[in-house]
Amino acid sequence: MTLELDGVHKAYGDRPVLNGIDLTVEDHEVVCLIGPSGCGKSTLLRCVDLLDSIDAGEIRLDGETISAKGVDANAIRRRIGIVFQSYNLFPHMTVLDNVTLGPRRALGMARDEAEARAMEMLGRFGLGDHADSYPNRISGGQNQRAAIVRALIGDPEILLLDEVTSALDPELVGEVLSAIRDLAAGGMTMVLATHEMGFARDVADRVCFLHEGRVLESAPPATLFTDPQHERTAQFLARVVEAGRL
Amino acid sequence: MRKRFLNEEGAWPAVIAIVSTIVFFGGATLLVVTSPNWPRVRDQFFNPDDFRQAAPDVLDGFWLNLQLFGWSMLLIPVVALLVAVMRSLRGPAFFPVRLLAVIYTDVLRGIPLILLVLLLGFGVPALQIELLPSSATFWGLTALTLSYSAYTAEIYRSGIDAVPESQRSSARALGLTQWQALRFAILPQAVRNVVPALMNTVVSLQKDVALISILGIREAVREAQIYTSRTFNYTSYVVATLLFLAISIPLTRYVDWYTERDRVARSQAQT
Repeated sequence: MTLELDGVHKAYGDRPVLNGIDLTVEDHEVVCLIGPSGCGKSTLLRCVDLLDSIDAGEIRLDGETISAKGVDANAIRRRIGIVFQSYNLFPHMTVLDNVTLGPRRALGMARDEAEARAMEMLGRFGLGDHADSYPNRISGGQNQRAAIVRALIGDPEILLLDEVTSALDPELVGEVLSAIRDLAAGGMTMVLATHEMGFARDVADRVCFLHEGRVLESAPPATLFTDPQHERTAQFLARVVEAGRL
Repeated sequence: MRKRFLNEEGAWPAVIAIVSTIVFFGGATLLVVTSPNWPRVRDQFFNPDDFRQAAPDVLDGFWLNLQLFGWSMLLIPVVALLVAVMRSLRGPAFFPVRLLAVIYTDVLRGIPLILLVLLLGFGVPALQIELLPSSATFWGLTALTLSYSAYTAEIYRSGIDAVPESQRSSARALGLTQWQALRFAILPQAVRNVVPALMNTVVSLQKDVALISILGIREAVREAQIYTSRTFNYTSYVVATLLFLAISIPLTRYVDWYTERDRVARSQAQT
């Protein structure tokens, strides 16, 4: 599996968000996207999952251009998992129903099979006791772990995580990060937009600094965090250090 | 409600409420029964003999009202949901579908219900198309359904619009089609959003069923009219009024109770 973005442009109305993104993600690679708010991290992930269309450029999954017109977007989305900042579980469904909705309806899996698989995964993510709970009855961290299970149950080739800890109370961040750490250790290919620099340094194979809709700098964390090549990157990291996030 | 104002400041507020209620309603009653023409009005509208004589026919007619009410309650949610879904579909390919839904809601909401009843009830049977039923009751029910569906579709749509966009995104991200996302993720939440508004529509529908009386269909109001034109006594209208109230007051109370419960449940779910 490889994901390639080639000169991707995207504007909302006349406000450009992505200004020619070039990025390649190899199999089993964990790539963290960092940068100030509004630099295009979330939009980039949404475009990869075809939730937003791009204006110019190309996105390829295993060499196949998925950003072209006439591509079966539903089929592509089944190969990609995405987790959002605000979990977005369906509030009218139990955790188990949230998790099995995709496999049952999009993949046509039988209910028994989907539920057995879901229970096994929920157990692995420490949610075995909450399968029958509704999202508003469990904590933010549990919501987010359930959202991760929901994204993973269809066996995606790549997992996109969009600031998945930003909406969490500080004491709940750890449990979600450790779940992601386990995934990374298991070889899951991931792209994470994150503000957790310490975590990015730990888990990422490569960190990309986004600025004004471009990948300004891309390097292994050890290099990028200690020896940024670009002035903008250095300024951003200095501010992050000041805020006590690194 | 009652519990709340009794507890507020001991018994005083309750006493004041009771006294002012007696004074107000007592005064109003006094005003009516001491009016110069009250004895004649009482005879014309509240005559026990006429009440007894008119009641069976009006009650028979009211049974038809209830049946039509029941049928429209089954049909309207289905038609309205269809229209609302048509209007919520995205993408250029669905433009004609959306356009059709917009035209439907605009036109049907723009026609006074009574005109629609007249146009369909007298107009369509006059065409004498063999395939179409010619029963006035059928077309009255159709007019009622079409008009109310237009309003109800808008209620559904407001419910659909109130579901956050992120819910649609996460449903589509699972690989669900647009229709599946609506069916499994959006609509259940949308319908829940608008249940109180839908129930209010039910209350007004229950009364508007009487409008089909202008087609000469012998439902409660029509039966009351027939009695009046035969006897020159209006008590039959009071009979019909009481019958409608017997349904609509409990219905309204239920809607209020349900809406309040729903509001409380939601505010608790937020915390």
